[in-house]
Amino acid sequence: MILAGQSPLLARHRFLWPEALVWLAAVAVYFLFPQYLAIATTVLIVALFAVSYDLAIGFGGILTLGHGLFFGIGAYCAGWIALLGWTEAVSGALASGVIAALVAAALGPFLLRLTGLPLIMVTLGVSVIAYEAANKAAWLTGGDDGLTGFTMSPLFGAFRWSVFGVTKYFYALGWLFVLFYLVKRVVASPFGVALQGIRENSLRMRLIGTATLRHLTIAYSLSGGVAGVAGALSAQTNAFVGLGVLSLDSTIDGLVIVVLGGIGTLYGSLIGAPVYVVVKHFAQQWNPFYWMFVIGALLIVVVRFSRGGLLGMAHAAMTWLVRR
Amino acid sequence: MTVASFILLYGLSYGLVLCLIAVGLVVTMGLMRVVNLAHGAFAAIGGYLSTGLMVEAGVALPLAIVGAVVAVGLFSLLVERLVFVHLYAAPELDQMLLTIGLNFLAIGSLTLFFGPNVYPTKLPPYLAGSVDFGFRTFEVYRLAVIVVGLAVMAGLFVVFELTTIGAQLRASVDNRTMAQAAGINVPRLFSLTFAVGSGLAALGGAIGAPMLPLEPTYPFKYLILVLIIVALSGFGRIKDALGVSILIGIAETAGRYFWPEASGFVIYVLLIVLIVWRRDGLFGRRASS
Repeated sequence: MILAGQSPLLARHRFLWPEALVWLAAVAVYFLFPQYLAIATTVLIVALFAVSYDLAIGFGGILTLGHGLFFGIGAYCAGWIALLGWTEAVSGALASGVIAALVAAALGPFLLRLTGLPLIMVTLGVSVIAYEAANKAAWLTGGDDGLTGFTMSPLFGAFRWSVFGVTKYFYALGWLFVLFYLVKRVVASPFGVALQGIRENSLRMRLIGTATLRHLTIAYSLSGGVAGVAGALSAQTNAFVGLGVLSLDSTIDGLVIVVLGGIGTLYGSLIGAPVYVVVKHFAQQWNPFYWMFVIGALLIVVVRFSRGGLLGMAHAAMTWLVRR
Repeated sequence: MTVASFILLYGLSYGLVLCLIAVGLVVTMGLMRVVNLAHGAFAAIGGYLSTGLMVEAGVALPLAIVGAVVAVGLFSLLVERLVFVHLYAAPELDQMLLTIGLNFLAIGSLTLFFGPNVYPTKLPPYLAGSVDFGFRTFEVYRLAVIVVGLAVMAGLFVVFELTTIGAQLRASVDNRTMAQAAGINVPRLFSLTFAVGSGLAALGGAIGAPMLPLEPTYPFKYLILVLIIVALSGFGRIKDALGVSILIGIAETAGRYFWPEASGFVIYVLLIVLIVWRRDGLFGRRASS
């Protein structure tokens, strides 16, 4: 299922030309579909969340089913920071990401000792507890009504958060661009290579003297931080934080995007996110519960028949064409 | 005294339902080390089927439950042969993703057939009343659940400890390769265990329906409780599963009684701390793999 090692390790530092297409397409969306900028902003945010999920599950091999926790923490922190009167967006998102990263760093040493089913169970359990706690602490989180009534001050003092969503779109795109290359740099570094070694064989890495728990905790923390920024972006661009950010649904969204795009590739998340959001949009308009069949079938088909998701399929098709 | 007996009765019946649902997963996890997050779906299907047979078709409750258990057992055999066979050698990540996919298919199907809301169950009159024990009254339904649960678990225990099949099963849990080398047909044993385990889950879902309401998201809603029991029982140990389930049932009932506003999650915090602290299960030794 994992595709990471197809090119030599160091070659992945290079900027490959097909990557530029992704970012060009993102800019082109602004010119071609100006009326869909709101949904396009959502795509960018879930893509960022999926990138963070991929770092944990695809590169660290951390089987987590509770990644929405950090998305939710980031979202609530961004909401609180704005409500307290600090309405500058970039520093707000950064601070929210740092808080999410600290929470992940605090949880890591306890959770990451576990593997397999207990790890899945505990990560899921922690996120459910957080959801229930947020639900009960209505004075802090607004409960079912959520956090509202905050507005961000103009970006860099110049760009207003207009109803047409131009500022929101490019703000989210900027964050995605910066953090994507940060994560990409990390996974291609010696640290990232060690991380993939732990994913492949944790015992062997420990035997050659790697501090596996520390590596995993750092990766988990970084991943939690990126997820926190994604949550903060969702709070800032929607001017609303609801309990939904902490629910299992947000975790599943991220997970399915990673799987659909191709696990352990990072790029997969960028391709999976638009496909997933668009399919979800139309399937839910058709009938909200048929959507369950779509996700279920999608997970099963991708895992059983197309290892590596859409990116893997594209790669296989390319190889086939070149060989012809 | 009355409070203690109330908590004991409700906790015991609740714990036994959880045990019936989870015990199949405890054994199959021990046998094949497959991460199966779709186990709760069999409980949900069992609950829906038995309730449907009773309410829509007017079948008597015991007959409806037996029918549902057999149907789910056979259905799970099909699922095991078609889907799970491919998972045994797959990485844990694939197992997790595929069984989440199965859960979604189950949720979609349940919604399609029974609608998106809670599916109401109705107890037959002979179970709906209370019986007086002198110092207090007890609901007949709770007592019936305890009797059925204990009887089934006792039967399971006898099979597991005293029969040849049980011995083969224990040997395969302890060391699958060695058991196979000794001539035990582990894949067939596994199919059998999987079917029985799913049938038991269906039984738990059916008799537990008044406690764990039937709704399409059931497979995810009770996933955590089931996984907690599996994680705390250790792999393949029926006795521990029974003990852990009853402890959880009583602890959660007591929590709800004494501290209703926080009961939803305080118990989970405690259990998760327990799992992180005692990685090899609540009661001790790790099964060699």
